[in-house]
Amino acid sequence: MSADTIPLKIELAGGLELLFDNEKKLNVDLPAKMEDGAAANINYLVEYLCVHCMKDPRREMFQLNGTVRAGILVLINDADWELEGEGEYELQPKDTILFVSTLHGG
Amino acid sequence: MEKFSLGSENLDLRIRIAELEKELAEYRNGAIANGNGHTTHEVDEEEEEEEEVRTPPDHDDKAIRLDLDEFRRYGRQMIMTEVGLDGQLQLKRSKVLLIGAGGLGCPAAAYLAGAGIGTIGIVDHDLVEPSNLHRQIMHTVDRVGHPKVKSIISSLKRINPNPRYIAHYYALTPENSIETLEGYDLVLDCTDSPQTRYMISDACVLLGKPLVSASALRSDGQLVVLNNPPGEGPCYRCVFPRPPPPESVLSCGEGGVLGPVVGAMGVLMSTEALKVLLSKADKKKRRKPAHLSPDIRPVDAKDSPKKEEAPEQQRKFYMTIYSAFSDIPFRTIRMFGKRKTCQACSSAATITKESMKNGSLDYVAFCGGKGSGKYPPLTKDEVISVEEYNKLRENKEGGLLIDVRDDVQFGMCALEESINVPITTILTLPLAPEKDGTDGEDKAPVPIPSWLPRDTSTPIYFICRLGNDSRIAVQRLKRSGLAKGSVIKDIKGGLWEWSRKVDKEFPLY
Repeated sequence: MSADTIPLKIELAGGLELLFDNEKKLNVDLPAKMEDGAAANINYLVEYLCVHCMKDPRREMFQLNGTVRAGILVLINDADWELEGEGEYELQPKDTILFVSTLHGG
Repeated sequence: MEKFSLGSENLDLRIRIAELEKELAEYRNGAIANGNGHTTHEVDEEEEEEEEVRTPPDHDDKAIRLDLDEFRRYGRQMIMTEVGLDGQLQLKRSKVLLIGAGGLGCPAAAYLAGAGIGTIGIVDHDLVEPSNLHRQIMHTVDRVGHPKVKSIISSLKRINPNPRYIAHYYALTPENSIETLEGYDLVLDCTDSPQTRYMISDACVLLGKPLVSASALRSDGQLVVLNNPPGEGPCYRCVFPRPPPPESVLSCGEGGVLGPVVGAMGVLMSTEALKVLLSKADKKKRRKPAHLSPDIRPVDAKDSPKKEEAPEQQRKFYMTIYSAFSDIPFRTIRMFGKRKTCQACSSAATITKESMKNGSLDYVAFCGGKGSGKYPPLTKDEVISVEEYNKLRENKEGGLLIDVRDDVQFGMCALEESINVPITTILTLPLAPEKDGTDGEDKAPVPIPSWLPRDTSTPIYFICRLGNDSRIAVQRLKRSGLAKGSVIKDIKGGLWEWSRKVDKEFPLY
């Protein structure tokens, strides 16, 4: 870990792990700054995960229109991301970000 | 002659009256009442009179009391401080509707029946299938092919004959949902599709009913209590304002599900249901211990006004998620809460009872259709029937048979000489450069995969479980340009059709 990156714990549930070669947990060192120099946020993390971590080629199953697709809950340290500013939330070192696909079976 | 025949008819009628009286006596002990006449299947012979009931009747509150058998039956839960006599009477007074008699509905209904809910309604239009039995624990082998509502009520009556059970043997639609839900106090969403989940939530908001909602797939489950208290808690649309893209929606049939995972979610639903119902019990009516003189206010009475004064914005809402194979299987996450712009439950709401009743709300369209467009259309030349393909195989002209199921399913059963290339691998094939560049994320050209034949004379046939992914595979391989000139075909209907039309010994699953 260097000062240029933010260490994050990424967790995947609800079937999203299947897009990541069945990995339910990832440790990611995310570049602290985005291309435009602003602090890294969730949308940037989603893009990063698509490029660097996702194994399934169906990117639209995770990312749509620059953010996470509908039907995926994003939890920032166990709280709904809408409580924290959604995609614009600036990531902090050691944040745990949980992506959960909503389920409909029963 | 005529006299004689009348006499025998008279005797028959007397016998029939005696039978009916006996049945009526049994009926009073708790029996099935039927939905709206959609019933087409008989259940056991023991299922008696079918009453035309669509909405549960109002109980005469004052008449509600417990008999000695009920004290004995419910005693273990009644002695809990959370229940008590007032709580038990409240449960008996309550009318609960479960929508779906499947993996969630079965365990939820079992515990609610066991707990002594007064009226339990169940909506389901499906029949029991063998593939249900590993998780839908109220259904039995001898009821395969029978309506699930009848089957579940037969089982529930064996657990507890006291509740009044109401069978709604039809599919819930926007048009009938208001009428169906109206007479109940609480609803449990035990269904299995996004469109029904939005529809049930909207109906609950419009009718002011709390809603316990859960879902499960594979080894994961989710549980949330919505519109609770009515008007204050978020609804399904607040939590999920936009529906998921249809291609991301998997049913238990498509994605698989572990029985106890969906079972655990159903059991948790029943707990949440009991909590909601018990919160309405009037604990202030409890007899106070003698040492609490009348001028000392009981703890409950002191506390309750405070609770009511609690400012709304401080109320927090949670969702429980279960991930059975995870290091931390259960977690409870804090949700955003009610949405100011919600179409269903905010002051800006546009959904009304009328728009539901007149069918102008199209939930299927809202959720992106029934997955139509999910699979590409193929031309006649790109499709072969299982019978035709079987003939080719018999003539040793089967070409290369590629099974695109995942490795787990391929390991369960596969056709001889087929090779396994999962659809997820097929989808990584590069696109031919001359095709439109909409999929711009493709990287540098990939060498021809080892599993593709080098010569164009070997025809390529794709097969999968039901014939959907194999269609995608045909289209994707063609678009890759890697097998130009080769015959590439989809085996229509997949292994399911193979088993039905060609080889009955091939497992259906």
